[in-house]
Amino acid sequence: MLEIKNLHVEIDDKKILNGLTLTIHPGEVAAIMGPNGSGKSTLSYVIAGKEDYTVTEGDILLNGESILEMEAHERAAAGLFLAFQYPLEIPGVATMTFLKAAMNAQAKARGEAELSPGDFMRKVRGAAEKLGINPDMLKRPLNVGFSGGEKKRMEILQMTLLDPAYCILDETDSGLDIDALRIVAEGVNALRGAGRGMLVITHYQRLLDHIVPDKVHVMAKGRIVKSGGPELAHELEKDGYANYTEAA
Amino acid sequence: MAPSVVQMRTAAETALIEWFEAEAPALVGAAEERAAAMERFKAQGLPGRRVESYHYTDLRSVMRSLAPSATSSATSVPAALFEGLGGHRLVFVDGRFTQDAETPAELTIQPLQDALKVGLTPGRAMGKASDVVVDLNTALMRDGAYIRVAGNTALPEPLVLDFIQTAHEANAILARVIIEVGAGSTLTIVETHRGKASLAYQSNTMVELVLGEGARVEHIRVNEAGDRALVLSTLAARLEGGSALSSLSFSSGGETVRQQSFITYAGENASLDLRGATMIRGRQHCDNTLVVDHAVPNGISRELFRTVADDEAHGVFQGKIIVRPHAQKTDGQMASNALLLGDEAAMSNKPELEIFADDVVCAHGATCGSLEESQLFYLMARGLPRPQAEALLVEAFLGEVLEAVSGEALRDSLSARISEWLAARQAA
Repeated sequence: MLEIKNLHVEIDDKKILNGLTLTIHPGEVAAIMGPNGSGKSTLSYVIAGKEDYTVTEGDILLNGESILEMEAHERAAAGLFLAFQYPLEIPGVATMTFLKAAMNAQAKARGEAELSPGDFMRKVRGAAEKLGINPDMLKRPLNVGFSGGEKKRMEILQMTLLDPAYCILDETDSGLDIDALRIVAEGVNALRGAGRGMLVITHYQRLLDHIVPDKVHVMAKGRIVKSGGPELAHELEKDGYANYTEAA
Repeated sequence: MAPSVVQMRTAAETALIEWFEAEAPALVGAAEERAAAMERFKAQGLPGRRVESYHYTDLRSVMRSLAPSATSSATSVPAALFEGLGGHRLVFVDGRFTQDAETPAELTIQPLQDALKVGLTPGRAMGKASDVVVDLNTALMRDGAYIRVAGNTALPEPLVLDFIQTAHEANAILARVIIEVGAGSTLTIVETHRGKASLAYQSNTMVELVLGEGARVEHIRVNEAGDRALVLSTLAARLEGGSALSSLSFSSGGETVRQQSFITYAGENASLDLRGATMIRGRQHCDNTLVVDHAVPNGISRELFRTVADDEAHGVFQGKIIVRPHAQKTDGQMASNALLLGDEAAMSNKPELEIFADDVVCAHGATCGSLEESQLFYLMARGLPRPQAEALLVEAFLGEVLEAVSGEALRDSLSARISEWLAARQAA
């Protein structure tokens, strides 16, 4: 279970999150929708362990244990994965090298054996093929010169290979055309189930046509202001966020 | 009229002049060049901050005294730095030249003194450039080697120039190697510098290269000098028409290091790829200074220098591209990028373009910064602990410079040295 309890977060003395409470159960896909500036990306960064933010109150618990004192890499090894809205370009680091380093680092942190080079290659090639990723791309520096769609597919590839317990997808639909959106959504859907929890953060309802959530939460001014089923997303698409931003 | 200021000679300057006067009768050949070089030195002395080309590397303060001239403690020829590399190795033990194997048929090798005695002229590769470190080398050089590669010859294995300091006391080392590569020939030169730790020895070595028409030379200079050493290392090259030189300076050793490259285009359509990878920490100082002189039209030059400085280390890059009035269609691109890992680390970047022709493409860029926090966070969010994420980014930063090294074994070996340097940094 991933529990966010009464979370208050500041950056540069500016309050971004104001008592946000949210629980994601194993196997559940929750969506957070909200207008720009509501704190959606901050929430994803704080869960992943970005250091620029100060948690002034509240807690984040993974399977009952607080993760606030853990560094980003420890949270990753504990089973958290953030799919970035803007995946970073890492010049000079071949994608394959990076994937191997990440998988081995997590295996090491969990006290597991590293994959053999042969198993690693098979696993990566197999997962890449399902996402329509050209094997040549894996030899190129990570995300450098990749299109928006390619970068997002690369995020889903990493998610597949790292096999996390909870995934946070931050605006995964941004910058994607319809075809790319479908491929990415299929990749995400393939990872549903098996007790894996997901938090899908999005501004638009469009993504939720492809990744149908179990729950929808509306976020405004740094807190959850309404929760409901998938139908809530359609209401929002029709009526907009105005009611909520005013109410919050 | 400004009053002329006569600086007092420092102990080192006096010692250098006395050394020359005492040694002169024993120095063989190139009498005129030696005398002229010593006259210039007497007039200028060791350059300090007021001399523009030494502004960031104040040799006058760094070299307070002169170490005694070289003695060797070696009883046998030390093993090569890159053991698996093979090739033909010339060893300069405390500046004294020895060869550890028979000369391959493609090469003619002579001790420098023998070549000077029969009229070899030093300094041909310097072109119009003048430099005090080179002048001292010319005036005082005693030992070294002269190597000739006949025309249209491809050497299958590298020529290794192994400069090694072995004495137990700090000493002064001087050596000069002059290499002429015949028209259409191909050669790889691996130049390595090593010495004892915790010894303030002083090394002034120079490699002069003359590339005949269409010759291709790859030169890799590796500095792993002792941690207290003063390392003055010069490459001078003269490029005849259609020749190509690629030169990489890979540096992590020494306390104060000045690596100079003076390149002169003597014929059209020659090309140059100059690169540098520098890793410094503690209070190390490493200066890469280049003068690229496009004296003729249609020359291409590329310069890419990367510096990683930790702790209080100071990196210097001075790159001057000169395009003479008739050197039309020159294409020069120069970049120096530095990554500062330590809060007190510093980089001084000084790119200079002196262009006197109107139909040229020349550009330079210099950057200096720390590791990108956003990139580090991305890597950490995938499970890499911070030190490993930092190492991956630094390796990538320097790795780009190594791409030009054509020999895979050597490239891997240099790459492993970057990893070792980073591992030592994290262990500290």
